[in-house]
Amino acid sequence: MPKRRDIESILIIGAGPIIIGQACEFDYSGTQACKALKEEGYRVILVNSNPATIMTDPGLADATYIEPITPEILARIIEKERPDALLPTMGGQTALNTAMELAKRGILREYEVEMIGANAEVIEKAEDRLLFREAMTRIGLESPRSAIAHSMEEAKAALLEIGLPSVIRPSFTLAGTGGGIAYNQDEFEQIVTAGLKASPVCEVLVEESVLGWKEFEMEVVRDRADNCIIVCSIENVDPMGIHTGDSITVAPALTLTDKEYQTMRDASIACLREIGVDTGGSNVQFAVNPDTGRLIVIEMNPRVSRSSALASKATGFPIAKIAAKLAVGYTLDELQNDITEVTPASFEPTIDYVVTKMPRFTFEKFPGAEKTLTTSMKSVGEAMAIGRNFAESLQKALRSMETGLTGLNEVDIPGAASGENSDIARAALAVPTPDRLLVIAQAFRLGLSVADVQRACRYDAWFLRQIEGIVAAETKVHERGLPNDRAGLLHLKRLGFSDARLAELTGVAEAAVAARRNELDVHPVYKRIDTCAAEFASSTPYMYSTYEGDGLAPAECEADPSEANKVIILGGGPNRIGQGIEFDYCCVHAVYALDEAGYETIMVNCNPETVSTDYDTSDRLYFEPLTSEDVIELVRVEQKRGALKGVIVQFGGQTPLKLAAALEDAKIPILGTPPDAIDLAEDRERFQKLLARLGLRQPNNGTANSLAEAERIAESIGYPVVIRPSYVLGGRAMEIVHDRSVLTRYMTEAVKVSGKDPVLIDSYLQDAIEVDVDAISDGRDVHVAGIMEHIEEAGIHSGDSACSLPPYTLSPAVIEDIRAQTKKLGLALGVIGLMNVQYAVKGNDVYILEVNPRASRTVPFVAKATGVAIAKLAARLMAGEPLTNFRLDGAKGSHVAVKEAVFPFARFPNVDTLLGPEMKSTGEVMGLDSDFGRAFAKSQLGSGVELPLEGAVFVSVRDRDKPGMIAVGKKLVELGFSLIATHGTAAALRAHGIKVDDVKKVMEGRPHIVDTMKNGGVHLVFNTTDGAQAIADSFSIRRTALMNKIPYYTTVAGARAAVAAIGALKSGKLEVTPLQSYLEGSF
Amino acid sequence: MPKSGPMLLDLHLPKSQAPLGATAVIVLADGTELWGRGMGAAGSVGGEICFNTSITGYQEILTDPSYAGQIIAFTFPHIGNVGANPEDIETTTPAARGLIVREDITEPSNWRSSQHLDGWLRSHGLIGIAGIDTRSLTRRLRDAGAANGVVCHAPEGIFDLAELRSQAKAWPGLEGMDLAKEVTCRQTYHWDETLWTLGQGYGRQAVSTFHVVAVDYGAKRNILRCLASNGCRVTVVPASTSADAILRLRPHGVFLSNGPGDPAATGAYAVPTIKHIIEAGIPTFGICLGHQMMALALGAKTEKMHHGHRGANHPVKDLVSGKVEITSQNHGFVVVEGSLPSGLEVTHKSLFDGSVEGFKVKDMPAFAVQYHPEASPGPRDSRYLFERFVKMMAENA
Repeated sequence: MPKRRDIESILIIGAGPIIIGQACEFDYSGTQACKALKEEGYRVILVNSNPATIMTDPGLADATYIEPITPEILARIIEKERPDALLPTMGGQTALNTAMELAKRGILREYEVEMIGANAEVIEKAEDRLLFREAMTRIGLESPRSAIAHSMEEAKAALLEIGLPSVIRPSFTLAGTGGGIAYNQDEFEQIVTAGLKASPVCEVLVEESVLGWKEFEMEVVRDRADNCIIVCSIENVDPMGIHTGDSITVAPALTLTDKEYQTMRDASIACLREIGVDTGGSNVQFAVNPDTGRLIVIEMNPRVSRSSALASKATGFPIAKIAAKLAVGYTLDELQNDITEVTPASFEPTIDYVVTKMPRFTFEKFPGAEKTLTTSMKSVGEAMAIGRNFAESLQKALRSMETGLTGLNEVDIPGAASGENSDIARAALAVPTPDRLLVIAQAFRLGLSVADVQRACRYDAWFLRQIEGIVAAETKVHERGLPNDRAGLLHLKRLGFSDARLAELTGVAEAAVAARRNELDVHPVYKRIDTCAAEFASSTPYMYSTYEGDGLAPAECEADPSEANKVIILGGGPNRIGQGIEFDYCCVHAVYALDEAGYETIMVNCNPETVSTDYDTSDRLYFEPLTSEDVIELVRVEQKRGALKGVIVQFGGQTPLKLAAALEDAKIPILGTPPDAIDLAEDRERFQKLLARLGLRQPNNGTANSLAEAERIAESIGYPVVIRPSYVLGGRAMEIVHDRSVLTRYMTEAVKVSGKDPVLIDSYLQDAIEVDVDAISDGRDVHVAGIMEHIEEAGIHSGDSACSLPPYTLSPAVIEDIRAQTKKLGLALGVIGLMNVQYAVKGNDVYILEVNPRASRTVPFVAKATGVAIAKLAARLMAGEPLTNFRLDGAKGSHVAVKEAVFPFARFPNVDTLLGPEMKSTGEVMGLDSDFGRAFAKSQLGSGVELPLEGAVFVSVRDRDKPGMIAVGKKLVELGFSLIATHGTAAALRAHGIKVDDVKKVMEGRPHIVDTMKNGGVHLVFNTTDGAQAIADSFSIRRTALMNKIPYYTTVAGARAAVAAIGALKSGKLEVTPLQSYLEGSF
Repeated sequence: MPKSGPMLLDLHLPKSQAPLGATAVIVLADGTELWGRGMGAAGSVGGEICFNTSITGYQEILTDPSYAGQIIAFTFPHIGNVGANPEDIETTTPAARGLIVREDITEPSNWRSSQHLDGWLRSHGLIGIAGIDTRSLTRRLRDAGAANGVVCHAPEGIFDLAELRSQAKAWPGLEGMDLAKEVTCRQTYHWDETLWTLGQGYGRQAVSTFHVVAVDYGAKRNILRCLASNGCRVTVVPASTSADAILRLRPHGVFLSNGPGDPAATGAYAVPTIKHIIEAGIPTFGICLGHQMMALALGAKTEKMHHGHRGANHPVKDLVSGKVEITSQNHGFVVVEGSLPSGLEVTHKSLFDGSVEGFKVKDMPAFAVQYHPEASPGPRDSRYLFERFVKMMAENA
């Protein structure tokens, strides 16, 4: 069936900010969908509040709305654009839920918008647990015993039938938010309460526990002629009970016979047909009883998902792209398999390698959070690795995590060191923690048997034996040393051992292992991911490394490097807090720019969620861990033919930057700013000298190697001070210290964090305004691309702070000063490419906080706000072009762009939401409008904060903020709000004639403020605190606000901005405007 | 994106010494040696080396009689994960001559497993080799065509390479080989086992509607199970059974099974029988070799393919409904489309290479498919063909 001609324009909803459960994978899918539909000649209208995405690049859609993804805003866009169709399956749960709401409110009917891909009825049937269960029963598929509850009473009644342990799943929430497993009555009530609250329809499913069963996923694609294919099967190594996003998974499934696999295949297809997914990709999840093979359907997602991104990368079959084309009427046999170019898309990919996906966690960012994995997802990113066997792919995945692992590194199981008491090890194995794989390996080292380990952790014995095999090989290497023969070393490399791990095991330097490898001529070869296990020739250089051969004949390598002039771009690895999608955006832009400049582009990355790892983003793609060994090996292969211009290490965040030294040592050219300039900017003493020479100012500071030294420096600078370990990203372990006792505590912890590295101490500029600047330079000229004024004061990590472009309070003189200082710095550092500078402005004084001569988190935001694609320009400069070659005049309009951060606090019970110098946000949104108030309002809405237009505002601020709150209080009263305040704040407000009601602090007895909040008596919270005691006292206020979705601001500047936004909201409805009209003429 | 060809294969280095630890070798007819570790039975065996891209179902593949005369290289590196069990077999005696895999066989892990695959291979005298770059081998077979060769498993690591080379060269190849006579049943028997289901295993047929005579050229049991599950009373007869003998059994329909070897060779005695049956107006359904020989019987030609179709992901388009089915395939010969007489109508085509995957006879109740609707291993998308056969018998009754 050819494509539909009765529709001309299609609305695509993106996934919004990166949050746990919705990461870059939806940028990948949305980008593919936009490209696929534009290619077909449709007018594409895109809505996404996340500026750090490739999909929101103005060239990818005809109208790009960087607007909050809410039903109201969507209704405005639909009213304005009048799309013929809405594709709701590309933007995760956010898009699906928003589309459902639009359907329910009758907006789609009113404007005659047809849902394509999946319609409202299908979504309802797939997402509503009861309807889904009924549907499965109709087609003879089993579900776990379960019951729906809308209240605690109903839940308790259900429990009588189902028994403990039971699983509680809230309806219509993302990645299992608010759900969990209850083992006892107490836990049950607790989780049900949270689940009912988390569910937008106040509904939870209480379900028979299939804990410990094997878990499988099938990625199914169906077209409107009812052709169905399975793109990939995925087996979760972690058993049922751990969210699949938090599970280690492998593709393909490895422990099913064909009969069982085909039963599952038939069940998945039957499921799609029954639910009625007419076109597109879906993910169906199954549990299998390991003892009987009993098969149970767990759930299905009628949309592309994290797993479908993984399946696409694992097989080379682009699910999102195909799904978009199927949605407009094509059938699978009408579409081509891009990889082979000779076969159609209507087939099932088959693979000849093993793929392992490993989740990346960031528990260290959330002190107090319990490090246990459940059915509620907690990981913030993932890496994927490919090997010709499971051991190789597992070990590659471990080193791709970039958590310092070189393989199955030893871990300490407290109390189990000797192995005499295996109960302790077994108890450790029974707890699903982020590092359980390492605990398993350790248990084998302690002599536990596969059966012992299996009983405790419920991993399938097949995987356990593989781990046991790796440990056994390690023991042998440890005892006998590095093999002297080619076959022996090859054997180890085939098991996936990194040089670094072998070095640890044999007690030699990594360089010595590499030298032995070179001496014995043991090098990886590169194989292609071709969808067909080599049955057809592949014209697509999508590759992974492996070790092949019998040690005699040279192994076959399919890399086939070209004769071209080439540039290698190193990506950012797994997403994590502090290094996310923004860096992938930069890498992709580097690829685009260098492609335009005529270079062959070669991408290296191991994150399956990204656009950068799409096989058609770059000319050549290596899906490899970002370690020096893996990168140098592939560079050597690329250098065999053609001319390698250089490697870009400055765009992927800290990950590739860390490889700079090793690459330089290997005499591999690095493009752009030389690594020495990076060191100059990061080395305290060198940097200080540079600033002194330039006559620029930085806060008083010092470097301490010991507690005594730290105390001396802090005294001389004067408290409060900002203290942090050197060489970190995302403000890891950075703290504002107000007194000596805290300093002492910090130093004992921080030294652990940073090892031998010294600790940096800066004067904390209280109440200073922080400013972020992104600039590009060719070494001769510097172009200041964007100056962003932070809303939160200096001291809050820049990644967590909201900011405004252009600055909204700074004077023109200060802005000019910042511009001049940035230029001076850029030239002095010898920056070629991107540079980010952070300033603190106190009064008219401008202090330099830090300079990073590399891509920053704000690059995509600046590019979207100004219309100048600075990452692309930077890449061209790095390749040697002068700045004068480019037009740098961006958007002329007077619009304001506000960036706001989005936090994962709701997923981590008992974690404080207070912001500080350690970055905690997972993503960001952009609010774009004609003035600051409106732009800020949109940024809040986009990040899920709905500002009230009336009601009661609770105000409680520390003494030094009291003067600042007077104007805020007055404005609130003017806007018609009533005020509630704690004693001191109330007195301050009253002294200025502001009417305010008193409320008790939590420690002052009940009823107190938290009671009032829980009773719905507070609609907005302004709460600033200082000092450990006050912070502890106000913890429950922040947590209650978070869980009850009451907007709260913990800085005066934030409160001011919120009031400005409320004022703007009350003065008229929010209007929507596509990015293209803001940037008219700038591209 | 720049397009580039594959790098030159570098498998031709002259060498004649086993590397340390090698206990098995593949010697190809052109003299290429590929060293690895032996598995299964010891000894050496010659045959046509072919590759199969299925990820699951190795036990079914190894017991599929159509692999007679062949050594199977599995493209998926881990083979043997789920062990061996007495259920997942297509004949009691494997017909394949040997197997080539990337990884050593692991301990099995599956609730139905009863034996380590290595033990199972040994008990059936199957010779295997692990540690081979099967992807490289596959690329070679894909580019240069099916190759003849010898696999030798010598646990003590001593090889007579000259002898192996001459064995490999001497192996005649499949063209012109009638292998059906080696794998067909020796005598007529009845079949009443029905399809496998999760939790129940195989069933037994309770009632039957139509009597089907299945001519066994090397039939996979799952075909017989499909027939039985569709209400057919199945009588299986040897490949050489005459048309008269078949008709004497008074069948409602005749089924022509899959099987190994060259259809032209087996056709020497099977084609006249098939012709006679079709002309008698008995509903006839052929699969694989049965399909090829039905085509021969009706005047078409068959030829050896470059490297064949073996896998569980082959898309086939039903030209009547326009629907695509994902099929299980295993064939090295094919019906030449241009040779089809006017009385035949192509009903199914491969979307991989456009080859003929199915046809029907215009004025007679007879049809055939090249692929394996019985699956086992592979997708079950095409089971409707058995229903079609039953319907045909009903209409003819």
